[in-house]
Amino acid sequence: METAFEILVALLLVVAGTFGLIGSFGLVRLRDAMQRLHAPTKATTIGVGAALVASVIDLYHYRAALTWQELLVAAFLFITAPITALFLARIHMHRSIPRKALPPTGTAQDWATFDARIKDADPDI
Amino acid sequence: MIAIALTYALGCFGVALLCNLWRLMRGPTVADRILALDTMVINMIALIVLYGIREGGPLTFEAALLFAMTGFVSTVALAKFVLRGNIIE
Repeated sequence: METAFEILVALLLVVAGTFGLIGSFGLVRLRDAMQRLHAPTKATTIGVGAALVASVIDLYHYRAALTWQELLVAAFLFITAPITALFLARIHMHRSIPRKALPPTGTAQDWATFDARIKDADPDI
Repeated sequence: MIAIALTYALGCFGVALLCNLWRLMRGPTVADRILALDTMVINMIALIVLYGIREGGPLTFEAALLFAMTGFVSTVALAKFVLRGNIIE
């Protein structure tokens, strides 16, 4: 039983390290900015997630205390990662794609990143 | 066996931090630099968790949670500043 716990924790740690390295290596290796946005999501979900699960199992094994708080970190990362990706994609759209290349929005309002109504309302901003 | 896997994972995340640093210095666009900074924060969270496993202390998860929160807020603030020229409109 003792070795089963050890094998499980070691396997999770190896998975975590491998996926973390793959995510950051993709950040260096991939060519396009939007391709690079795709790579570190693996490090966020599987890499850090496996490390946290390994930490929970390890603490349960050695201290006989089931600590669920560490899963809070994983839940927080899972919630905030799409928001970060959305903001980075909007920065890419705003700064790297020509204004004329964007399709029409289909409504009376412009794309949100180019929306200039706040500037009209308050010249200080 | 856990010690070997722990050393391997720590080394992997250390090399990953160096990769992120390279992208942070090189990155052609602003989005690349912000993404590299965000990934650095995530790799640091993983390093803190692995350090907690190595030391056997139950306190490191609070440090990891604080790091995750400040990392997310700073990333969103940077992105808002680049997009709108202002953080709180």
